Amino acid sequence: MAQLVRSRRSRQAKVEAGIAPDSQPSTRLIDAVPIPVGDALETLLLSHGGPIEISGLELESTALEEMRAAGVDLIVPLIGQGELLGALYLGPRLSDQPYSTDDRSLLGGLASQVAPAMKVAQLVREQQAEAKERERIQQEMQVAALIQQTLLPKELPSIPGWHVDAFYRPARAVGGDFYDFIPLADGRLGVVIGDVTDKGVPAALVMATCRAMLRAAAQRHAEPSMVLADVNELLVPEIPPAMFVTCLYAIIDTEVGELVLANAGHNLPYVRTTDGVIELRATGMPLGLMPDMSYDERTYRMERGDVMVLTSDGITEAHNIEGEMYGFPRLMGRVAVKPSNDDMVAALVGDLEGFTGPGAEQEDDITLVVVRRIASAKAAAETFEEEGSVEVLAKFSVPSEEGNERIAISKVAEAVSALGLDEARLERLKTAVGETVMNAIEHGNENRAEIPVEVEVVASAAAVTVRVSDQGGEKPIPDAELPDIEAKLAGEQAPRGWGLFLIGQMVDEVRTESQDGTHSVELVMNREEGVS
Amino acid sequence: MEDGFEARVSTVEDDALVRLTGTVNRLAKEGLEAAYDEATSRPGRVMLDFSGVDYINSTGIAVIVGVLAKARSEGREVAAFGLTAHYREVFQITRLADFMAIYEDENAAVAAG
Repeated sequence: MAQLVRSRRSRQAKVEAGIAPDSQPSTRLIDAVPIPVGDALETLLLSHGGPIEISGLELESTALEEMRAAGVDLIVPLIGQGELLGALYLGPRLSDQPYSTDDRSLLGGLASQVAPAMKVAQLVREQQAEAKERERIQQEMQVAALIQQTLLPKELPSIPGWHVDAFYRPARAVGGDFYDFIPLADGRLGVVIGDVTDKGVPAALVMATCRAMLRAAAQRHAEPSMVLADVNELLVPEIPPAMFVTCLYAIIDTEVGELVLANAGHNLPYVRTTDGVIELRATGMPLGLMPDMSYDERTYRMERGDVMVLTSDGITEAHNIEGEMYGFPRLMGRVAVKPSNDDMVAALVGDLEGFTGPGAEQEDDITLVVVRRIASAKAAAETFEEEGSVEVLAKFSVPSEEGNERIAISKVAEAVSALGLDEARLERLKTAVGETVMNAIEHGNENRAEIPVEVEVVASAAAVTVRVSDQGGEKPIPDAELPDIEAKLAGEQAPRGWGLFLIGQMVDEVRTESQDGTHSVELVMNREEGVS
Repeated sequence: MEDGFEARVSTVEDDALVRLTGTVNRLAKEGLEAAYDEATSRPGRVMLDFSGVDYINSTGIAVIVGVLAKARSEGREVAAFGLTAHYREVFQITRLADFMAIYEDENAAVAAG
């Protein structure tokens, strides 16, 4: 007797075992002939339901012919829930008598008992296989996640005057997102964000390779376009077919805020400026697709307060419950809004979660890199303070009376005397301080002696900053334009109006800030010429 | 702090020499204008000597601009000398130097006359 077991999942007949129930010498093992799905015999067995002698059957069936050749006499179908789970094949009776009605009914009864048990066994086996597969996938994902987490930056760069933040959350099936910060010479910082097509271990391995290539190329070339072109050349022969990497590489000169970037097919970066959000577009093919690619470069000067947001498509291609995509317009709209505590990462992740809805499964990795140039020198100084490299040289106040700017000038000069500013820079700083304090006395505090003008002198390794505060509130400070001396000399313009203009010309940077009725002007003088 | 301002007029050859001392700010207006008027009672240049000046602020620059405006309307030539390197720079930045000749010292100013 042979037993045929069919796998439900594969729908392919599979011979599980051929058994001889006893070892009588005349017992012969019958080859278990598979019954292909859709074979006429299958249809017959299902419709008949009970044991069938095949001798009298006339069917267009390969299986039937094979069975006859194998010496099968009687087929007992094993049917569960309308499905042919298997069959018992019996050869001729040892007595050479045909199978009796009793025999058939016995076999039919046996089959009806066996079939449900087989069904259960089959289900158990399938579940075990599925569990094993799940475990394998899970292990693979764990490996992928491990590779990724090992290679993503452990710490964020800490740069005076800048705030860098990053967010990475893998999808359940880990994708190939990555980001990196590469410290470069001369206070420049390389910023990378990328996405490898595909998921799991293959994507993680390509990501690891690509990251290493980028790090090496970043030290070889000063231009982001060259870095990407170089990595592309190296990656093309290494990368598995049909895989590629989108990648954006930016170099920021953190001293002056200049940003140069090249883009290999990645999401465009957004920058929130005082004039709204701009896209920094630079074209280029993804890495690893084809050799000899060149990449555009885009330059942008990040002003104080500007925020650059780099994203992966896990954000823009996330869907809500109605199947709508998060999309670039919404992202741009959110970047435009300054978060109350300046936490752009939290604001964007929060908005995305609000969009996809609670408990929604994340479709793809989500990666965010936010680079902000800190708005005010005070805030910048606070970052410095964390670094422990800033020193408050003096803090004093003068009554708001005409002429008192000269007290402030003397005190500032004394405070900075140890810094070794050259004569010209010291004199310019003194003039700027004098003009700023004059403005604070006259315009900010309106010559009310009882309201003091506060002055603070702070030095860092690179610059000295003098902060002058009055109680002038939110009064706007006009832009320092070049006064028209011709008009003044012709009597068409008041001879006054030199103060703001002079201040702007005297120091390396002037920043103004109004908060809670206090108006502050910060004068930044670099400690050395040309070092900004 | 008030250093005061003084302007004394004398003559050198055909020109008037105005020696300024102290602080050139808003308060110098009266003194400087009076000195200018006195200096222009005769023909010739008005030479402003800044070597005794220790502080010039934007209100002082406005006063000087006022004097230059007057000189321009009267066709009077104005020269200056004795400025520190810093105030020379300030005069250049504010373009005062475009409307009056600036010399290193008295000798150079007189020789140019």
